[in-house]
Amino acid sequence: MAATTSAPIDLSAALQLAPTPAADWLVILPPALMIGLGAVLMMLRHRIRLHAPIAIAGLAGLVLIDALLLWRVLAVGPVTMVMGRWLPPFGIAFSVDVFGAVMALVSAVVALAAAVAACTEIDDARLRYGFFPFLLLLMAGVSGAFLTGDIFNLYVWFEVLLISSFGLLILGSEREQIDGAMKYAVLNLIGTTLFLIAVGYLYAVFGTLNMADLVLKARSISGAPLMTLSCLFILAFAMKAAAFPVNFWLPASYHTPRVTVSALFGGLLTKVGIYALLRVMVMLFPLQLEELSLVVAVVAALTMLAAALGMLAQNDLRRLAGYAVIAGIGNMMAGIAVGSVAGLSGAIFYALHSMLAMTALYLVIGRAAALTGEWTLSAQGGLYQRAPGFAFVSLALFLAVAGLPPFSGLWPKIVLVKASLDIGAWWLAGSILLSGFLVTIALARVFLLVYWRPAPGPQAGEGTLPAAAFGPILALGLLIVLFGLFPEWPLSLSQEAAAGLIDPAAYLGSVFPGGGAR
Amino acid sequence: MNTLIFRTVAPFLTALMLLFSIFILLRGHNEPGGGFIGGLIAVSALAIYGIAYGVAAVRRAIRFHPLSIAGFGLMLSTLSGLLSVFAGVPFMTGLWIAPRLFGVEVPLSTVMSFDIGVYLVVVGAITSIALALEEKESD
Repeated sequence: MAATTSAPIDLSAALQLAPTPAADWLVILPPALMIGLGAVLMMLRHRIRLHAPIAIAGLAGLVLIDALLLWRVLAVGPVTMVMGRWLPPFGIAFSVDVFGAVMALVSAVVALAAAVAACTEIDDARLRYGFFPFLLLLMAGVSGAFLTGDIFNLYVWFEVLLISSFGLLILGSEREQIDGAMKYAVLNLIGTTLFLIAVGYLYAVFGTLNMADLVLKARSISGAPLMTLSCLFILAFAMKAAAFPVNFWLPASYHTPRVTVSALFGGLLTKVGIYALLRVMVMLFPLQLEELSLVVAVVAALTMLAAALGMLAQNDLRRLAGYAVIAGIGNMMAGIAVGSVAGLSGAIFYALHSMLAMTALYLVIGRAAALTGEWTLSAQGGLYQRAPGFAFVSLALFLAVAGLPPFSGLWPKIVLVKASLDIGAWWLAGSILLSGFLVTIALARVFLLVYWRPAPGPQAGEGTLPAAAFGPILALGLLIVLFGLFPEWPLSLSQEAAAGLIDPAAYLGSVFPGGGAR
Repeated sequence: MNTLIFRTVAPFLTALMLLFSIFILLRGHNEPGGGFIGGLIAVSALAIYGIAYGVAAVRRAIRFHPLSIAGFGLMLSTLSGLLSVFAGVPFMTGLWIAPRLFGVEVPLSTVMSFDIGVYLVVVGAITSIALALEEKESD
């Protein structure tokens, strides 16, 4: 510090001097609220009766904030807030466009549903070990990842959600859980380490971590090893998203914790990987993605087919649902491989549908298991007779997951098939349809055996269906039906999100209002 | 390790290290130090106390459950960031006040309260791990 300079320093180049409008706080509030409430619950760790009401109220608040944020982004375009007033590319920026806002909103809805469902499923011991604090911190990580505009910050939020998910995964410390958590932890740590290495490499090449700044610099740079970087990022995010060759951690771990936890994981975590893949590859390295599109397309096709076959082979319902999550990832990757606005909007729409549908699927399976007292297809049965309303909602959900009308799974698949036919990738369209067909068979088998077939033996499950368990399933089911009957709204949102990724001019404008630092 | 010499020295060493950890915490604003490293020194102090007198004595000495301390620190840090909403500046912007206490100007800031929060998170989390490990050993 030169203490002798008496001339006033021009701060406007480094600091944001204009007052921040209160509405901009919506950008930072989701992660801040979740961390704050998570901290409160940690302090109240022995008052476990207070955990559920505080967490549910907080998540309802999160849904409201994310909805307001989406509304604002739709009204005024991407919103940016820089931490500590330091202007980008020096300060960490939180930048939200339609893509980030809509993913954050749906993830909050899913988390709220899971928190309500948790009231009937999570026992006191697990509450005492911090189920709800972990849940809120997980949501802090997920919201932060969707809203941040800085790639290293994205890595940090990945770590936050990963560590919270370790906690949720081993709650209860059963032998099976520790076994699943080991596989999950090792594979995910390798994935995040690859991500970190790629980020370090990126910083060495570009000298910046702000995503908008990276977009600007990547356009003009020459001779940089962008292909290496792209491959590293694709591998790291594919690992997170559980794409085909690196997907084996998911079926090995997602069936071990309580089913509410699996519902959260199946709904949210893999979709964060898809989000990062879209954000980094489509926005930052579109040319490299185009060159790699055949690789991504092959991976997508293999992912969805392998997962659909996996679904057919499973006897344990939770493992079957794990493969259903992976089948969806294959469809989203197909959209990324196609790369046009249509393909990307199909991928984004599929991600929104998949968050709702996978969480609902796990919750339905958990409830079915609670009613029958069994986890396996071979031992369950007779649910249609015992709970016809529940069976009806389950059937709707199975049809949605399989992608049959009139539910939400149909439209993204139509968009994806049409987009891949448009670029002449008939084999990709064919594998989407074939995988959808196999998933339909697998889920029809579930409905046939678990619901229609008379119970094969005496069943030890509870006889009633509590409202707190059925409510979230019904609410998610209603959303799925609404998305299926009125697809214009999610479709136009997805298209706007995809267009914002392909041409991020508005995003760049919100980070650099003056048109860029250079 | 549980010798008479060690048990006699441990309380003094613990007190000295805790004091030193607060010194490191506060000097961290402009010089090497800060909440993280200060917190680690405080945990080492509590660990020494624990080795000398046992886990139960440490739990009594810190009064609150370690995880509650960590939770409080996390909340303090979050609130330090959120405070800037009232000043019309973005999240995590440093805000300063300099009240005069006994004729001395004491600069206080949200940067400092954030760092104290970090200190408490580190103390709470690592103490929790250290105590759990030592408890397992004594079984």
